Amino acid sequence: MMRTFRADLHIHSCLSPCGDEGMRPCAIVNQALAMGLDMIAICDHNSAENIAAFISTGHERGLTVLPGMEVTSKEEIHLLTLFDRQEDCMVLQDLIYQNLPGENVEEVFGCQQVVNGRDETIGINRKMLIGATLLPLEQILSVVGSLRGITIASHIDRQAFSLIGQLGFIPEGISLDGLEISIRTSKEEAQKRFHSYQHFSFVRFSDAHHLEDIGENITHFLIEETTSGEIKMALHHQEGRRVVEQ
Amino acid sequence: MTVFDIVKTFGLQMRTGKDRLHEEVTGGYASDLLSDVIAHSRKGNIWITIQTHPNIVAVATMKELSGIILTGEREPDANTIQKAEEEGVPILVSPLFTFELVGRLYQIGISGMSP
Repeated sequence: MMRTFRADLHIHSCLSPCGDEGMRPCAIVNQALAMGLDMIAICDHNSAENIAAFISTGHERGLTVLPGMEVTSKEEIHLLTLFDRQEDCMVLQDLIYQNLPGENVEEVFGCQQVVNGRDETIGINRKMLIGATLLPLEQILSVVGSLRGITIASHIDRQAFSLIGQLGFIPEGISLDGLEISIRTSKEEAQKRFHSYQHFSFVRFSDAHHLEDIGENITHFLIEETTSGEIKMALHHQEGRRVVEQ
Repeated sequence: MTVFDIVKTFGLQMRTGKDRLHEEVTGGYASDLLSDVIAHSRKGNIWITIQTHPNIVAVATMKELSGIILTGEREPDANTIQKAEEEGVPILVSPLFTFELVGRLYQIGISGMSP
């Protein structure tokens, strides 16, 4: 049976250098439940090291947490990647780590904390997660595709680090699964501005860096269950699944 | 040559870092990809870019650049201004596009090569 699920699939944890200190598993899961969400995804910059803690906390409290990452391509384009299986997300993380130069400068970019399910810090990631990988856009899309994941171009309405901001247009024939519109742009404005890209599904997520951002910009999906596979079908209008316009 | 000399010569609009204009400019770097600036700019360089988001301040701080010039009359974002004031990074605005401004900077002796 299909029904509508409320999803915020772009949330940063305290592992992202720009993520607030308080973005930890229990706090985020509680806030998501309080906002009436059915599913979330944790998408830190170029790392998925906090995913396991979030998934188990979500599981205990009855909230689906999808594994994901916000990958920075060589062109400095932010791409949301989502998976059903943690193993697949970790394969992508391995590839990213092999192609992510530099060390984080904590005083400049912020602290990158690895946490457990009790919201305790158990480690610090030293990589420069805010930096760009050496991986071109096309390669990221094809690797994520081969891992049966989803790729959504982040906040295409923003100039900074977006597919359209960096390239000026969306290349033809690209195997993207959707386009994210940030909270800064209304639905009507987005439809006008990105009219020529209507063959893609538009989604809205919070890109939360602070607890109070969670659930402020969400997408309703008509799907059978809260999996990445179902979301992918909805993005491609398959077997009755779809994004529900609000 | 100092950042102030450049401001004066080209009549640049000052947006932030007014008390840091005495910094010596060691050369110039022009790029809009942050990863490229992180990899190749050198301490004391003046950086010419069209990017206006707060991460430019982080990069300038990390690389100890002498200042940032935004071209084509682009204005820094509000949170970029705030961060630049906190970090003491001069942000200047020029109506010229990058190619023209870089050419003129080169003419007054700002080089992209190591001194």
